[in-house]
Amino acid sequence: MSRHEAAAGLPAGIDEPVFTEPWQAEAFAMTVALHDKGLFSWGEWADALATEVNRPGAASDGHDYYEHWLAALEKLLSAKGVAGKGDVDALAAAWERAAHATPHGKPILLENDPRSTEGRSGPTNGRGGAGA
Amino acid sequence: MSHDHDHDNELDPFAARVRALETILTEKGLIDPAAIDVIVDTYETKIGPRNGAKVVAKAWVDLEFAAWLKRDATAAIASLSYTGRQGEHMQAVFNSEATHNLVVCTLCSCYPWSVLGLPPVWYKAPPYRSRAVIDPRGVLEEFGLTLPAATKIRVWDSTAELRYLVVPMRPEGTEGWSEERLAELVTRDAMIGTGLAKEPA
Repeated sequence: MSRHEAAAGLPAGIDEPVFTEPWQAEAFAMTVALHDKGLFSWGEWADALATEVNRPGAASDGHDYYEHWLAALEKLLSAKGVAGKGDVDALAAAWERAAHATPHGKPILLENDPRSTEGRSGPTNGRGGAGA
Repeated sequence: MSHDHDHDNELDPFAARVRALETILTEKGLIDPAAIDVIVDTYETKIGPRNGAKVVAKAWVDLEFAAWLKRDATAAIASLSYTGRQGEHMQAVFNSEATHNLVVCTLCSCYPWSVLGLPPVWYKAPPYRSRAVIDPRGVLEEFGLTLPAATKIRVWDSTAELRYLVVPMRPEGTEGWSEERLAELVTRDAMIGTGLAKEPA
């Protein structure tokens, strides 16, 4: 693998790992799997991703690339009627609560959400996760 | 992004949203978590620029394969079992003394995954995407590659349907080398066009 000097004005990190956090790998793999299922074409995907990465404010070092990727995936799934923003917000909040309620070192399970008895099919409770 | 793990577990907002999507998609039968793990493992460990390097090395030693690669890269590459999941078409562009080829995706980050794995961060970032077309010679110089003024630079803009693989020139002093040995000289950047093949040590 090449290892020349990082180019001035261009982002460094010629041989950086493919994914820097596990959720990035999962978001990528879900996209590949959903395409294999025929949910969207790569042309549709490229359009959705391009819309996100070309928004003003995208980081010039590209560190937020998978954040754009996730936003593109969410919008495409919402447009296809597969997963609405409200449902994703509510479920993401439940996952965050479940994580907080899980002792360190134990696997995080959605059942650990202290409010899981409230049910997940109800309306979004307004504590939607940040991001996207 | 928070990485404060000192008391209990924490999912940052992006990780939580990914888990939420996984939960919904699994319940709807659209994804299988085990298959997701396989895809991640494949792209992290099995698919990468070594695939592309083998394609290039074969083209260097096998003129018939090189001609096929030039004519129908999708089929020639598939004959080595490197088939794109996306069903995208591939085009191989050959460097010469007269022309150096450089690949970019100005729109987003289209990239020949099947032969190069996933793109490096700089390929996906705005400066490269915008400047590769406007000032390719300047961009190459920032990568440490100064080409003779007489060498033309041709920039290829990838799309979801058509992706490019640069076939760099075979370095001198490698006569009689095996494909395996030659493949060691072919870097990822050489196949994007931001570098050349390594010189024999």
